[in-house]
Amino acid sequence: MTEAEIRRLACEILSDIAPDTDPATLAGDKDIREGLDIDSMDFLNFIIGLNKRAGVAIPEEDYPKLFTMDGVVAHLIRETQDLPGAQ
Amino acid sequence: MNLSSPSGMSERRITKDRATLSPRPNLFDYDAERSRFDWANAWKLLDGLPGGRGYNIAHEAVDRHATGSRADKVAIRWIGKTGERRDFTYGDLRNETNRFANALAGLGVRPGERVFILMGRLPELYVAVLGTLKACCVASPLFSAFGPEPIATRVGIGEGHVLITTPELYRRKVQAVRDKMPSLSHVILVGDGEVDGPGLHRWPSLMHAASPDYTIAPTDPEDMALLHFTSGTTGRPKGAVHVHGAVVAHHVTGLYALDLHEDDIYWCTADPGWVTGTSYGILAPLTNGVTSIVVEAEFDAQTWYSTLERERVSVWYSAPTAIRMMMRLGAEAAKGYDLSALRFMASVGEPLNPEAVVWGLEAFGLPFHDNWWQTETGGIMIANLAALDIKPGSMGVPLPGIEAAILRHEKGRNVELIEELMVEGELALRKGWPSMMRGYLNEEERYRKCFVGDWYLTGDLAKRDADGYYWFVGRADDVIKSAGHLIGPFEVESALMEHPAVAEAGVIGKPDPVVGEIVKAFVSLKAGYEPSESLRKELLGHGRKRLGPAVAPKEIDFSANLPKTRSGKIMRRLLKSRELGLPEGDLSTLESDEK
Repeated sequence: MTEAEIRRLACEILSDIAPDTDPATLAGDKDIREGLDIDSMDFLNFIIGLNKRAGVAIPEEDYPKLFTMDGVVAHLIRETQDLPGAQ
Repeated sequence: MNLSSPSGMSERRITKDRATLSPRPNLFDYDAERSRFDWANAWKLLDGLPGGRGYNIAHEAVDRHATGSRADKVAIRWIGKTGERRDFTYGDLRNETNRFANALAGLGVRPGERVFILMGRLPELYVAVLGTLKACCVASPLFSAFGPEPIATRVGIGEGHVLITTPELYRRKVQAVRDKMPSLSHVILVGDGEVDGPGLHRWPSLMHAASPDYTIAPTDPEDMALLHFTSGTTGRPKGAVHVHGAVVAHHVTGLYALDLHEDDIYWCTADPGWVTGTSYGILAPLTNGVTSIVVEAEFDAQTWYSTLERERVSVWYSAPTAIRMMMRLGAEAAKGYDLSALRFMASVGEPLNPEAVVWGLEAFGLPFHDNWWQTETGGIMIANLAALDIKPGSMGVPLPGIEAAILRHEKGRNVELIEELMVEGELALRKGWPSMMRGYLNEEERYRKCFVGDWYLTGDLAKRDADGYYWFVGRADDVIKSAGHLIGPFEVESALMEHPAVAEAGVIGKPDPVVGEIVKAFVSLKAGYEPSESLRKELLGHGRKRLGPAVAPKEIDFSANLPKTRSGKIMRRLLKSRELGLPEGDLSTLESDEK
C-alpha cells in the first residue's frame, strides 16, 4: 500500500469509530487516542479495522507502534510490501 | 502457591501456605481478627488533628507523615506521558497541599464548598484533591474522558464552586456548557494555553503567591469530604457523599485487603475520576505511608510491564479490563521483564473471570486477588486476602468490621435473610462502617431506598458458599458496567434524544469479552427521518460529543418501535434478551412493540 492509501484507510476507520472528529487534520506524530479522544476499546476496534481492511496481521506487541498516524503509515508500508500484489 | 481442584473442575482453589508468605500478611489470622475487630479501636491507627481537633483525611494521608520519620520518603512518584519523572516526598506534598489550601482561602472559597477536578493524572490533581480536603472543602474528581454533558450534569448536581482543569479540556469540554453551571465561580487552569471565560485563574500564579504553611481547621469526622458520582437505572447521576471519617476505612482496608507494608512500592492503575482511583489511588497508600506510583499515560500492556519492572512495584491494584488486555498479549510477554519485586496483585471493578485469576499464576507466578466494593461503600468490603486461599471467580470474604448477607426481598418489603448456601439473592451489608456514604447529595429519597432495616442494599446479586466466600451473579437493575465503570442508561438515552432525528432511545449493556459490557443503543426515529449509515454515524458522533468516549454508545441500531410497558417505559431487559437471543421472559407488561 502507498502512504496515501494507508492514510485514507486509517482515517476512514477512525471516522467510523469517532464520527465527531476529523482524523485527517491530526498531526502525524500526535497520539491518535488523545487527539481523537478515543478509549482503549475504540483503539482495539481501530486495530481490528486495519487488520481486516489492509489484510495484515497486527500482533499485540506491535500496538504501541500504531499510536500515531506516522507510526501506522510506517508499519503498514513495511507489512504490506511483501503481500501478493505489492510492487 | 498451588492450584488445585479438590472437587473437580467446578471449584478451583489457589492454596497458600501462609507461614511461608513474606512479609507476613497484615491480616494473618482472618477468623481471629474478624472476631476481635472493632471500628472504634481502628481509630487508634490514625493520629487525629493535633490538640484533639478532629480527623481530617489530608492530615492522616500527608501531614502526620511529613512531620515524622517519613518526611523525606517519596509519597508520590509521578511518571509523565513522555517518561519524565517527578518525586514528591511527604514533606513536599505537605507544602504543596498547604499552598493549595491557602490559594482556595485566598479566592474566598469556604469550607463545605465543592471543588471539582477535571484533568488527566497530573501531579496537580493529587495536590488539588488533598489541598481541598485540608481546606475542609469537598473534593470531586471527574474522569477526563467525560464529555460536556456528564461534566455539566455533575458540576450542576454538586453545585460546584471551583473547577480545576487544563486549558485544553476547558476549551473542548467546559466552555460550551459553562452557562449550565451557574454555581461555578472559579476555574483554575493547569498548564499553558489561551482560553477566555469568567473567573479564570492560573495554577502557577495562585500557588506562587500562597504560603506553604497552613493549619487545618478543626474537622468533624462527619464533615463532608468527597463527592463521587455514580449512576442508577433511572434519573440523573447520584453524588455519593463521603465524610472525613471514611479515612479510617481507607487506612484499614489498605492494610488488610491490599496488604500494604512500609517498604512497598504501590501502583493503583485506576483514574481518580472513579472512586477506586481516589480511595486507593490517592488516599489509602498515603495514610499507610507507602510510596505510590502515578502513571499519566493510558493503558498499554508493554508500557505497564516495563513500569512494573522499572519502578520495582511490589503491590499492584488493577482492573479486569486491563488484565484481559494483557492476557491477549500472552503470558510470554511477561517473561521478558524482571518482575521479581511484585508480591501482591489485586483487581477490582467487575468480577475477574477465573481464567484471568489463574493466568496471573502463569504470567507473574502470582494470582490476582479479586475484591468487591462500590462507590457507595467508599472502600473495599469483600476481598480475596493475602493469607487466605483464593477461589478464582469469587469476590472473596467480608473484611473484619464488615458484615455481609444475602437477602431476599420485594422492593424493600418482606425482607428475609437467605441462609442456604449458593442461593442467589441481593448482596447486603450491615450499615455503620466508616466509609459508608452518608447520602446522595440532595436526593434523600433515592438514598433512603438503598436501605432496608439495618441493611444497605448493594443492587448486586450474589451467593455465598460453605467457606463464606461470596460469588457475584449479576446486577439487580439495568445499570451498565463497562471497563469497570457504571453507566446509567438514562443518561445515555437522554443525550441521544436531544438529537432532532431521535424519537425514542433504549440503552443496554451488550456483553463483551474484554470490557465486560459495551454501551449499545436502540433508537427509533421521528417521522421524516430514515435509517441510514450516515445517520447512524451522525448519532454515534453526537453521543461522543455530548457524553465523551467513556459513556457514549459504541453501537447504535435503528428500531421502528421500541418495546414499552403500558406506562410508556422502555423495556431495556427485553431489548437485551433479544440482542442476546435469550428467552424473553415475562411479557405481561408489554404494551407496544415493533412486531
